[in-house]
Amino acid sequence: MDDLLRRYGPTLTGAFMLLTAFWLLMLVILPNITLFEASFRPYLPVVDVGGPKDFYSFNNYGKFFANSTDTDIFGMNIPLPIHVKIFFGTIYYSTLVTVITFVVAYPLAFYLAKVVSPKSLPTLFLLLFVPLWVSEVLRSFAWWIILALKGPLNAILLGTGILDQPVRWIMGYRAIIIGLVYTYVLFMVFPIYNAIQSLDTNQIEAAQDLGSPWWRTHLRVILPHAKPGIASGSVMVFMLSAGSLLVPALLGSPTSLWFTQTIQQWMLESQDWNTGAAYSFLFLILCTCFVSLVMWVFKVQLTDIAK
Amino acid sequence: MSAGIDLDNVCCDFGSFRAVDHVNVSIKPGEFFSFLGPSGCGKTTILRMISGFTDPSSGVIRIGDKDMKGQRPNQRPTALIFQNLALFPLMPIWENISFGLEVRGVGKTERRAKAEELLRLVDLPGAADKMVSQLSGGQKQRVAIARALAVEPSVMLLDEPLSALDLKLRQHMRAELRAIQKRTGVTFIYITHDQGEALAMSDRVGVMSQGKLQQVADPRDIYNNPSNGFVASFVGENNIFAGTVGAVADGMARFDTAHGTFRARVNTTSGKDLKLYVRPEHTIISSFPGAENSLPATVTDVAFEGNFISVHAVSDSGATLMAELRNDGSSAIPVTGEKLHMSFAAERASILPDGLTRGE
Ligand SMILES: Nc1ncnc2c1ncn2[C@@H]1O[C@H](COP(=O)(O)OP(=O)(O)O)[C@@H](O)[C@H]1O
Ligand SMILES: [Mg+2]
Repeated sequence: MDDLLRRYGPTLTGAFMLLTAFWLLMLVILPNITLFEASFRPYLPVVDVGGPKDFYSFNNYGKFFANSTDTDIFGMNIPLPIHVKIFFGTIYYSTLVTVITFVVAYPLAFYLAKVVSPKSLPTLFLLLFVPLWVSEVLRSFAWWIILALKGPLNAILLGTGILDQPVRWIMGYRAIIIGLVYTYVLFMVFPIYNAIQSLDTNQIEAAQDLGSPWWRTHLRVILPHAKPGIASGSVMVFMLSAGSLLVPALLGSPTSLWFTQTIQQWMLESQDWNTGAAYSFLFLILCTCFVSLVMWVFKVQLTDIAK
Repeated sequence: MSAGIDLDNVCCDFGSFRAVDHVNVSIKPGEFFSFLGPSGCGKTTILRMISGFTDPSSGVIRIGDKDMKGQRPNQRPTALIFQNLALFPLMPIWENISFGLEVRGVGKTERRAKAEELLRLVDLPGAADKMVSQLSGGQKQRVAIARALAVEPSVMLLDEPLSALDLKLRQHMRAELRAIQKRTGVTFIYITHDQGEALAMSDRVGVMSQGKLQQVADPRDIYNNPSNGFVASFVGENNIFAGTVGAVADGMARFDTAHGTFRARVNTTSGKDLKLYVRPEHTIISSFPGAENSLPATVTDVAFEGNFISVHAVSDSGATLMAELRNDGSSAIPVTGEKLHMSFAAERASILPDGLTRGE
């Protein structure tokens, strides 16, 4: 604050503060408060708004638990509301995406942080960033083309003899998983890269010197050091995946349902913003609970992540 | 179990830069051997080649008569103590110490017992459950030693392990390290740029400069009979005279300089840039001219160093000279501006060539 004052003087500093306050208040806090308030009111024709039917209730939230269908979970038939089922599906596949992303990102991050010579590092970073110059919509479409039944991926796999039958990639959640991993992998790579980069190379060598094979060095020395980076990467990838609308919409199949699509249906197709808002907040709260639970299980502190 | 190490014409190049240049040395089992040299002379590179983190560009490294070519660091019977110790900050002390045993599949209770035993050996009992950040510099040092000893290496490699400690602790740890080495009988290869440390601790010292091993000898010989000017200057102070060698007889030579003609020991008259070196403590101060090798001089400064007194003077011919007097009351202490004679015995002075330089 003092620093800002000294560098830009009182007028500019005041302008910065006002702009930031405006941004926070008008574009973040107010819309959220409005939505939050709306989520407790019923969806009514315009003439009834403010009338006797317009009162606060949890009815919108209650819709989440309506419409039970029998669902097969680990061989047991359990009646489950359809939206709850979609929610758990979204959580499950987002977790899967996070795990796959970690498996892909960790070796890459280690390679960048400790193996590559510092001279070729800028080139490699550039190569990683180039795809980001293309819009997310186009990239998802590109995957839709790549993964098509008669698309290039199947052609290559058949041509090289790895497969003898084309695979229907855009089926169930497959293409969504591939698309999400691709879209968010860098959000995992960079926090882990930063964490591993800060590890003293002598520690890796000390472990080796004491006779440790590579996998134990990773397990006992590098992974524990990288844990905060892994945690922040995982939280980001999970939240972004669960909240993604574009990828499930473009790469989804008739059998895949993402919770954001349900919210979209309420808001755009049913024009029921009140229920849509209720679902949004429910989703946010439940995802936050889930993330906190996982962090607690893995003994990660919030301050570790902020580092 | 300790093992000897042979370095046979070992070189190490980084691009076109030769960091280690044709090093030949044979270190005996159970020996305390030091590499001594200024920063950047290639000491760490030698240690990294012995432990397997850097491959020699040419030459052979043998540990216990076994060629180490192609052996990974985790396959060699060496344990390296890093310059910054590289303890694992996320493990408690006992896990740090027993990490090498964990790697070898030793059970937890046995590991714990071994860690406690080693902590007693390095005089740090009761620290098993502390974290690295809770220890002082000297205590971390001991943990690093215990961690290296835990894998029962045949060779311990120590890279300037005491450089981060303060003077008192450093002197204490010198004795401690020496004692641990004697107790365990492990071959120690010790790296330092501190000549006092190398001379006080080692069985033998290898003095290095510019990637070249200049001399290998026991500490007394290194100090009393340096093989060249670099060694003489690096391990102590000297009065130095440039000149030319005259007649040689029985290992003694005449040496003509701008400050007069002297007589001194000589081993070789070949080698470039022969100079005469004599230590300040072997330079005698007297009010009469000496029988030989004597210069009339004027005292320019007298510095009281505690256990000795250092007398700086300039000869009438313009040479700067230094002499040391013991602070035991046996000799009169001169004062600045006093005229006197400085001389030295021919047996105490050596005619030496310059040190070996890179690429020679
Ligand atoms: N990995 C490396 N790449 C390039 N040059 C290096 C490398 N390691 C060491 N050197 C160079 O080799 C020389 C010797 O280094 P080092 O063995 O660390 O010296 P010391 O330990 O005696 O101070 C130094 O000039 C250093 O810059
Ligand atoms: Mg060094």
